[in-house]
Amino acid sequence: MNALRALIIGDAQADRVVPPSGFTAQLTLFVSGAMAFLCVFALALSLASGRVATRWSDELARAATLRINAPAEQRVAQTEAALQILRQTPGVAKARALTTDEQAALLAPWFGAGIPLDTLPVPQLIEVTEDDPGYDAQGLRLRLQAEVPGAVLDDHARWRRPLVEAAIALRRLGVVSILLIGGAMGAMITLAANAALAANAQVIEVLRLVGAQDSYIAQAFVRRFTLRALTGAAAGVALGMIGVFLMPEASEEGGFLTGLGFQSWRWLLPLIIPPVAATVAFVATTRAARKRLGELA
Amino acid sequence: MIELEDVGYNYGGGELFSNLSVQLAPGSFHFLTGPSGAGKTTLLKLCYGSLTPTAGRVRAFNMDVKGLDRDQMAYLRRRVGVVHQDCRFLDHLPVVENIALPLTVSGRGLTEEQANLKELMNWVGLSERMDALPPELSGGERQRAALARAVILSPDVIIADEPTGNVDWEMSQRLLRLLVELNHMGKTILVATHDLPLIRAAKNQVQARVLRLTNRQIVSAGADL
Repeated sequence: MNALRALIIGDAQADRVVPPSGFTAQLTLFVSGAMAFLCVFALALSLASGRVATRWSDELARAATLRINAPAEQRVAQTEAALQILRQTPGVAKARALTTDEQAALLAPWFGAGIPLDTLPVPQLIEVTEDDPGYDAQGLRLRLQAEVPGAVLDDHARWRRPLVEAAIALRRLGVVSILLIGGAMGAMITLAANAALAANAQVIEVLRLVGAQDSYIAQAFVRRFTLRALTGAAAGVALGMIGVFLMPEASEEGGFLTGLGFQSWRWLLPLIIPPVAATVAFVATTRAARKRLGELA
Repeated sequence: MIELEDVGYNYGGGELFSNLSVQLAPGSFHFLTGPSGAGKTTLLKLCYGSLTPTAGRVRAFNMDVKGLDRDQMAYLRRRVGVVHQDCRFLDHLPVVENIALPLTVSGRGLTEEQANLKELMNWVGLSERMDALPPELSGGERQRAALARAVILSPDVIIADEPTGNVDWEMSQRLLRLLVELNHMGKTILVATHDLPLIRAAKNQVQARVLRLTNRQIVSAGADL
């Protein structure tokens, strides 16, 4: 607690005893800035993946499609029969045959607008909305098989599961990336702190000669590296947030590659990164200083 | 105050000295002399805990130096002012801040100590060089700055390693006068030197004991100086 207080309040005179070190200062600033910048994107990716996984799971879990593959002359009758079965099936909240225009809109991304659906052998689609609790998919399939031979029930489970799994894996990847970024930053700052301690061996010797305790010497280095990491990370987060803000907003056309930004209060989450970076630098430099001072004793 | 009991020290496999016993009583003045390589600097370092003996025991202020942890060692260094021959400073800080360094590291505010600091700078004749950087100082100025730094916390013991090694006769006399003055204030002084004329000159000003380190042994030197 005392160490934390001393770290925050500082001692202007004590800060001066360690000479300003050129490349280690720049290295720490650059590494913290770059890592914080990457961390913002990893965080955005992780949150967006989680959001997508939830949305896909929620949206697709309650919907199914019934496809009527029947000759043109039987299509209307089979559609009507299927709708009749669906209305009688417990767990089905709503069943509705898509209109010709709606089916044309679904095919428009591949065939363009104005497809003459009445001249093409396109199956009739029925949108099924599940109730809570849902229906017995296996039982419904057996009944449809017996009464509407051209009906195929697709409850989306086949492709919903891998998509949701992919989104969850992406989120995990984002979290692992954040942890790796933190670890890499800690390692780089440890290297920089070791270099600074080695370069200032004579300063340490003089300080010890005049009665400086190791905690005093360590703090002079730790405070400097912690503040540098905080400054670098703050700059990196600012740049990262601008980058995320400038990314395209979520749209139907863009699919998954859009909407990677933060939403609502989650814009505040990247602000955690600079204090975390400072903590990583504090721990890394404290350990490096203790080890180095022990070796020099 | 500082006591070496049957102390031995091995250096790189070889024995530098063994079975040395020396006592630095409070308020005493000692010169340590001997040929180069005899181990004068090593003996001084043993006195202020910079080195640990390979045999025997060093006691400082009734504490066994070997048993001190690093914090206790730091406190010991505050009670023993050290002047090195090469006078190491923090070259990026002005002389006044270098001299005040023991105050800084012991958490004493410089503002409260301004008067003492000014007086000390006057005493060593560096009041006009307060803002100079250490590399800008002459050899004599560096020695005086190092002495000022060594005494700023008013330590009980002052240890100087060849303090007149790089200065002319006039400056060495000036440094000697400062050391004698400190001794008259009750400080214990130990000076390692091969400057025999300095020792002879000191005998007129202070009652000093001369120890000669030679052939791995320490002996009291007498009239042959």
